[in-house]
Amino acid sequence: MSDGTIGDAPTGPKSAYFLSHTDEAVERRTLAVLVDNEPGVLARVVGLFSGRGYNIDSLTVAEVDSSQHRSRITIVTQGTPHILEQIEAQLLRIVPVGEVIDITKSKRGIERELSLIKVAGTGEVRVEALRIAEIFRARVIDTTNESFIFELTGASDKISQFIDLMRPLGLVEVSRTGVLSIKRGKEQG
Amino acid sequence: MTTTTKPKTRAASPAPTEPRIMSGAQIVIEALREQGVDSLFGYPGGAVLPIYDALFAAPDLRHILVRHEQGAGHAAEGYARSTGKPGVALVTSGPGATNMVTPITDAMMDSIPMVVLCGQVPTHLIGTDAFQECDTIGITRTCSKHNYLVTDVNDLARVIHEAFLIATSGRPGPVVIDIPKDVQFATGTYIGKEGVHKPTYNPRTIPQPEAVSAIVDLIMTSRRPIFYTGGGVINSGPRASKLLRELQAATGIPVTSTLMGLGAFAASHPDWLGMVGMHGSFEANNAMHDCDLMICLGARFDDRVTGRIDAFSPNSKKVHIDIDPSSINKIVRVDVPVVGDCAATLQAILKELGARKGKKPNLAEWQKQIAAWRARDCFAYANSDTVIKPQYAVQRLYELTRNQETYISTEVGQHQMWAAQFYRFEEPNHWMTSGGLGTMGYGLPAAVGIQVAHPDALVIDIAGEASVQMVMQEFSTAVQHRLPIKVFIMNNEWMGMVRQWQELLHGERYSHSYSESLPDFVKLAEALGGHGIHCDNPQELDAKIQEMIDHDGPVLFDCRIEKAENCLPMIPSGSAHNEMILGEITGNEVSDAGKKLV
Repeated sequence: MSDGTIGDAPTGPKSAYFLSHTDEAVERRTLAVLVDNEPGVLARVVGLFSGRGYNIDSLTVAEVDSSQHRSRITIVTQGTPHILEQIEAQLLRIVPVGEVIDITKSKRGIERELSLIKVAGTGEVRVEALRIAEIFRARVIDTTNESFIFELTGASDKISQFIDLMRPLGLVEVSRTGVLSIKRGKEQG
Repeated sequence: MTTTTKPKTRAASPAPTEPRIMSGAQIVIEALREQGVDSLFGYPGGAVLPIYDALFAAPDLRHILVRHEQGAGHAAEGYARSTGKPGVALVTSGPGATNMVTPITDAMMDSIPMVVLCGQVPTHLIGTDAFQECDTIGITRTCSKHNYLVTDVNDLARVIHEAFLIATSGRPGPVVIDIPKDVQFATGTYIGKEGVHKPTYNPRTIPQPEAVSAIVDLIMTSRRPIFYTGGGVINSGPRASKLLRELQAATGIPVTSTLMGLGAFAASHPDWLGMVGMHGSFEANNAMHDCDLMICLGARFDDRVTGRIDAFSPNSKKVHIDIDPSSINKIVRVDVPVVGDCAATLQAILKELGARKGKKPNLAEWQKQIAAWRARDCFAYANSDTVIKPQYAVQRLYELTRNQETYISTEVGQHQMWAAQFYRFEEPNHWMTSGGLGTMGYGLPAAVGIQVAHPDALVIDIAGEASVQMVMQEFSTAVQHRLPIKVFIMNNEWMGMVRQWQELLHGERYSHSYSESLPDFVKLAEALGGHGIHCDNPQELDAKIQEMIDHDGPVLFDCRIEKAENCLPMIPSGSAHNEMILGEITGNEVSDAGKKLV
């Protein structure tokens, strides 16, 4: 046999089955995936994530160019740099996927999320809810004597913060869109 | 311009073509014709009858009626692998489609171009749990390269042409087209394949010049280089194999290959190292471990090849040439990633190498080391006068068939590995085996497909008695269509590889791996209308193999081999390339971590 020094091999995965790249830190990424808007394309993208064990933190999708039937899927995901590289490559293997833009890596991304938040209560808590809503520049889009629905747009953590503040003030229900993103500057993609 | 020139101009240009109106079923036939399809494999059923009706009037398309849809899929794969052309299968909805899932997945794993046409219930019944309805598109989404449900007959021709384009370009793979019955009946416009393209689908085939230059730099300075080639070289076409041989001749670099890549490089060449991986040769695996430059060409660092990842070729620079960017840096980090077609990249490397006018790298020391490994003669086995050893059986099969055009398919298991170790392939596309998915039951229907593509060649399925029973009914297909395939069953009465792993990993507790009541294969062959041969004596083996070759018709050969023979050498799970089991299995080879692996 040759002079293999297996005993001295660096600690790490023992074979492909243990491939974990645990030495790499997990990063959060926002990806914009431009796809042909054909039946099943969302299922292909989502199926890829579940089938290969990748994470989806949030996902939004809508047609953005009806003349060319192009949709934009915004996915927030997490993984080690190695996994994130695989996610991008695997997405591009899907036939109707035209382009994958790593918004986070570009460092020029803007991310926004829309939320609708229902709060019920009377008296002092109702006034307090409205006061905090003003600080956050949330709009009241529906009201009854005992409730508000606020519309709030902003970065995801700002919305989460607002929701936390509403919790003791009679928070009933939350609906969020998930993250939308676009890159700054005049260039496309 | 004078008025007289006008008629001339008109005469010179092609006559404006009338839109070609026909039924959906006729569109299918017409599109297959235009794509150059000569044979397809299928099984009729309610939801696909209109296409079968159109096929009735299309004698130029040879339809091979199988016995089970899985057979149609593997036959289409065998056809595709042995010709480089896409295989075509035609099945009905529901069970027809679900029976195709295994071959579709098989073709996906091994990158085999295949177009699968499925009938579907009429559009207005989709989603109602109608008779023989299943969500074919949903089921095949992750196991096909792409799939389509055609709901408008006017999309049908475009979709079929697109499917052939996608199946055969980039990294090849299976494409499924689901066609509801009402769409087959509806009347629509046929369009030709010209101009059909998919804007978002542009696989890159030409390598970047900087990468090519970097490879040549590495080749010139390497002392212990190796080519690690795979199925991508075969898929790239015969030209890639030719260019690989040219590049090898220009550099003297030794060559190993994955199971899928056998035949791309001639097994008779002195620089051929044999197959790499779990049951690969001692010299190939040690050379992979000790090399200083590994050029991976159209292979994907599969776990059967790499063994223990953290001990995989620790001191080499690695170049990975692959047409699929997702294969690169997936398992093993490489120094020079190259996205490109094998033939195009080999061509570019040869051109750059020629331009440098450098000397061949000096590999004398390396060749000496390899010769020492080779001298270990890792495939040596103790032959017997009384029992047929499996290795001997494949060796005799090779010697008696080597002088004619022979195609080999296999099932999955020990016999498959013995075939890979002992049958020697000189040319690409002559070796058809289920590599990635490891599908028992692949080989017999694949042989049917190969024989359809090569009617005058000798086609042998090297089989195991367990695998072959999964698809035994397709022998009847061969009889019906006068396809003289030879099914060479290496019968040890065990699921041999399962038995071997139970011996190695599970304390010789042989749980459910013995075949208690095997059929009499000779009588079975006769019952199915073929010829059966039985042999259990090494003295008679040559004569019986010759009888099989000479018989003009399908043959089932029941070759009774040594029952407890293990397939060696072997890299046990969780071990490195230089930790091979060469002699006998003792039961202590595998670490606790390794025992948890597949």
